[in-house]
Amino acid sequence: MTTSKFYNAIFAAGITLILACLMIGVKLDTSGTQLAIKGASAAQWTWIGGGIALVFLSQLFSGQIDSLFKSIPKPNITTMLPEEKKMATLKPWLIAGLIVIMVIWPFMVSRGSVDLATLTLIYIMLGLGLNIVVGLAGLLDLGFVAFYAVGAYTYALLSEYFGLSFWVCLPISAGAAALFGFVLGFPVLRLRGDYLAIVTLGFGEIIRILLNNWTNVTGGPSGISGIAKPTLFGLEFTRKAKGGEDAMTFHEYFNLDYSSSYKVIFLYLIAVLLVIFVIYLINRLMRMPIGRAWEALREDEIACRSLGLNKTAIKLSAFTIGASTAGFAGAFFSARQGFISPESFIFIESAIILAIVVLGGMGSQVGIILAAIIMTILPELAREFSEYRMLLFGLLMVLMMRWRPEGLIPMKRPQLELKQ
Amino acid sequence: MLQINNVNTHYGPIQALHDVSINIEEGEIVTLIGANGAGKTTLMMTICGDPQASSGTVTFCGEEINKLNTPDIMRKGLAIVPEGRRVFSGMTVEENLFMGSYFRSKEEAQKTAAHVLELFPRLEERYKQRAGTMSGGEQQMLAIGRALMSKPRLLLLDEPSLGLAPIIIQQIFDIIQKLRDEGVTIFLVEQNANQALRIADRGYVLENGRVIKTDSGANLLTDEAVQQAYLGG
Repeated sequence: MTTSKFYNAIFAAGITLILACLMIGVKLDTSGTQLAIKGASAAQWTWIGGGIALVFLSQLFSGQIDSLFKSIPKPNITTMLPEEKKMATLKPWLIAGLIVIMVIWPFMVSRGSVDLATLTLIYIMLGLGLNIVVGLAGLLDLGFVAFYAVGAYTYALLSEYFGLSFWVCLPISAGAAALFGFVLGFPVLRLRGDYLAIVTLGFGEIIRILLNNWTNVTGGPSGISGIAKPTLFGLEFTRKAKGGEDAMTFHEYFNLDYSSSYKVIFLYLIAVLLVIFVIYLINRLMRMPIGRAWEALREDEIACRSLGLNKTAIKLSAFTIGASTAGFAGAFFSARQGFISPESFIFIESAIILAIVVLGGMGSQVGIILAAIIMTILPELAREFSEYRMLLFGLLMVLMMRWRPEGLIPMKRPQLELKQ
Repeated sequence: MLQINNVNTHYGPIQALHDVSINIEEGEIVTLIGANGAGKTTLMMTICGDPQASSGTVTFCGEEINKLNTPDIMRKGLAIVPEGRRVFSGMTVEENLFMGSYFRSKEEAQKTAAHVLELFPRLEERYKQRAGTMSGGEQQMLAIGRALMSKPRLLLLDEPSLGLAPIIIQQIFDIIQKLRDEGVTIFLVEQNANQALRIADRGYVLENGRVIKTDSGANLLTDEAVQQAYLGG
């Protein structure tokens, strides 16, 4: 037991040594026109040595560390919440209060915060969409960003070529993404688990590469710029109206001084509206028989079939509805950015959305909202650490999974404690 | 009620069932016994349309069902309790039951649920508990209860005694008889030949994908060949 631990620790320390030497120990430096290999400074070597010692010791004493972790009391979030009955009466008030705060809040904080909040809201939408596919129906999808891309490009292209407005394109984008979800659903119906993950991963890449190479329509890697921003019943948020003679801008109509923060706040409010709509819709769906059927399919496919449920229809509906949510988010994303390129839809985006779903607790909406907030705000807060930002981000994810493996707020199921 | 006529079933090139013919009349308990790999479960699955019979017909209440898809067959008024229980372990007993009545109205489902809970008082005690946390016997009761929620006229049971304690098996078989008295026709596939033949009106013996013997349950129970092969001499 102890010897195997010792070898394990030696092995881990060795790997750390090799990796650290390659990544930090030697560096390429330009000296004049030539590249020169530069060794790390003494201080860096001390750090590397310390790191290796840390890995070695933590592996050697992993048992003790584990028991130490276990002795740390885990905060029980569920007990912090009020009782169920109280909760039922409080809930509508809480929701109403939250919405009011979300609407008032942007007028009191800086432009940057509002912008960040808008981004968070986009991720909430994406997380909720993927939650249907992964959390409820149990279909591991690694290419979710493809539907996000389809939504974004649908709006961008329709706006560029046909001049359609954001509000018209919103349902069209969701529809286009849903169509792609439906089409992807067919070939993957027979797949599950790892196999499904690989196929969806491939699909995500296909979409991105297609967007990258179909230069004469999508603009290729240079993307599409100057995408029209959403308007408020035809009122634009620019300094000067672009839409012809009688077009008016928001500040002219309301006799205000021009301020670019109006636009930011307006976008934020649209995002709030969309998120509320999506939450309401998905909540409804989860309570409907179809929501139960998704869960049942995740639990046991054969049992589902024995009950006469149509596996095909259930899987396709999960894929389609999940994808349409991503399409929604995508259309809003391209309207907010005003510029999109395939760069925005790389695999890491899929991974982050999946991380949101897993961290939040599969199937739980509140958990996912919370996780989306954490996952978007933390990298911003950690900006001071510059290049170590992603490292910190990764570390945090590891810690979170360690601390609450079922997610922040696991999906709640009624349970009965048996008293002996 | 259910006629299986000269059914052949293949898994790829391998033939699992050879000209199997079985007839089940309304209100009967018919049992199918056979050793491991005889094709009992395959026959059950063929009735449900997965895999579909490569030749022959399956007729349920005068309607040919062997060309239909599984979900369509399962909505015709027959229900199956699959081998190995297969309850939705993360869902509560209540949710499990109501998955069984997915295609029926809420009022009808409520009524049937009350009846199921009457049959299985144990499930009522566990109503809000997760199915995965229950004992094997309770899960089997739940699986049967869930199948009953669609108010089937014909109930197919695939090895309901699998892995259960003798006293629980006895309870399950008592319930099966009770169901028959209520007018549900039952097709029971069992390895536990002794128990199954005791309650069955008629029995079929399946061997290497062929029906080799059919008689009343009582006769099969005393049949020498059957005793030798399945009842331990």
